[in-house]
Amino acid sequence: MIEMKGVTKKYPNGVLALRGVDISIKQGEFVYVVGPSGAGKSTFIKLMYREEKPTNGRIVVNGVNLSTLKARSVPLLRRQIGVVFQDFKLLPTLTVYENVAFAMEVIEESPAVIKKRVMEVLELVGLKNKARMLPEELSGGEQQRVSIARSIVNKPKVVIADEPTGNLDPDTAWDIMDIFEKINAQGTTLVMATHNKEIVNTVRRRVVAIEGGCIVRDEQRGDYGYEV
Amino acid sequence: MKSRTFRRHFRESFKNLSRNGWMTFAAVSAVTVTLLLVGVFLTILLNLNKAATDIENDVEVRVLVKLEATKTEQEKLKEQLLSLPEVASVTYSPKEKELQNLIKDMGEDFALFEQNNPLYDVFVVKTKHPTDTPKVAKKIKRFDYTEDAVYGEKKVERLFSFLKTSRNVGLVLSLGLLFTAMFLISNTIKMTIFARRKEIEIMRLVGATNWFIRWPFLLEGLWLGLIGSVLPVAAVSVGYSYVVKAITTHVQGHFIQPLPYFPFIWQISGVILLIGAFIGMWGSFMAVRRFLKI
Repeated sequence: MIEMKGVTKKYPNGVLALRGVDISIKQGEFVYVVGPSGAGKSTFIKLMYREEKPTNGRIVVNGVNLSTLKARSVPLLRRQIGVVFQDFKLLPTLTVYENVAFAMEVIEESPAVIKKRVMEVLELVGLKNKARMLPEELSGGEQQRVSIARSIVNKPKVVIADEPTGNLDPDTAWDIMDIFEKINAQGTTLVMATHNKEIVNTVRRRVVAIEGGCIVRDEQRGDYGYEV
Repeated sequence: MKSRTFRRHFRESFKNLSRNGWMTFAAVSAVTVTLLLVGVFLTILLNLNKAATDIENDVEVRVLVKLEATKTEQEKLKEQLLSLPEVASVTYSPKEKELQNLIKDMGEDFALFEQNNPLYDVFVVKTKHPTDTPKVAKKIKRFDYTEDAVYGEKKVERLFSFLKTSRNVGLVLSLGLLFTAMFLISNTIKMTIFARRKEIEIMRLVGATNWFIRWPFLLEGLWLGLIGSVLPVAAVSVGYSYVVKAITTHVQGHFIQPLPYFPFIWQISGVILLIGAFIGMWGSFMAVRRFLKI
């Protein structure tokens, strides 16, 4: 599903964020990406949805070689990847429904299909009855659920989450994890960068630890491994 | 693009205008103020240009026919004049008519000359291009039956050079004003779009193509430009009708006249609307471009 071979990322300001990263993530896997702040986790995540380009090395996501992907084709790649952020990235002037539907309008889906699918995913994340509300009328956890709904509405093969529980209280974080587990159970690959020790140590999955731009640990059913 | 998608962009562009109310207000005000300036300035400039053309067109060469020339010889002179490529028209004014004009201008005292008219028969020559006047006059002087060809020599040459300079200055000023307007309007639109860069970022994240992102903004820019043009068009239309009325009563029968209300008002309104629409779309295009770099 996701392949990285000798991936190096050096930013124009000289910061070497990743050096020689090799990793292979299979379809349907659930992978935690852990590591201290500034270790290169966010860069690792950004490279997967082509927000950043690698300086060296090869990245293949869902059969698409991102190193040679033309700028023109980036939107097509993004439609196959769901992305979830710590700060939700919702449009404040659109309702919950519109925020989710937006991702389908972009691919020029018909209104009937959009309506059916959006209500489906809103039900999955438990927000069907709040479809007409604006993001500011929702709690942080609910906003994150909207953002997850948006990320999966186009049935992507992979969902990438960058600290999705970072802004949420522990109980709400568990709600979000439940949704991610449901999504993963349907066969969607899930890559999640996180600092949440409790979640990583309780829901045991593959753990990839990044430090100083290198993968220092890669364990099936691993633990968080850092003191908080 | 599917027509459904285009309808969506259309709808979206209108929704965005109301969603971003204050930004819309700021951008529309900037368009209104600058286009009002452009409109008023253009109206003045085009009228000054019209006045200059009127003055130029009033310039004529008066060809004095030799006293001894017979009727046939006068006819021959007229043919010679008409054969000049620069000449537009030749009108004959016999010395009796010349005297009447003189009496009308200078007073009844000149009626004395009716006994023994000392004036010349005159051909009034108009050139196709007023600036050719000195050249034409020079040629005419060489003709056999010409006593003299007068056109107010030095004065006309000075007038022409003055009009040429004023036109150039006007052109430079209007170009400058137009650039200022473009700069001001596109910057305001840039600011309104800058405030919405998160929107563009999210659109890109969910896989919107660049044109899918651009269209609503371009249409929004178009509406901003058009809405901003309404007030300037109205102000110029109303204002100019008063000005035309005032001027025509003052200078009735004078050779300098303001541009007639119609079709001028259609033309200037069209120009203002076009500038508004173009600058609105252009400003949006440039602003969105900054956030579309992948």
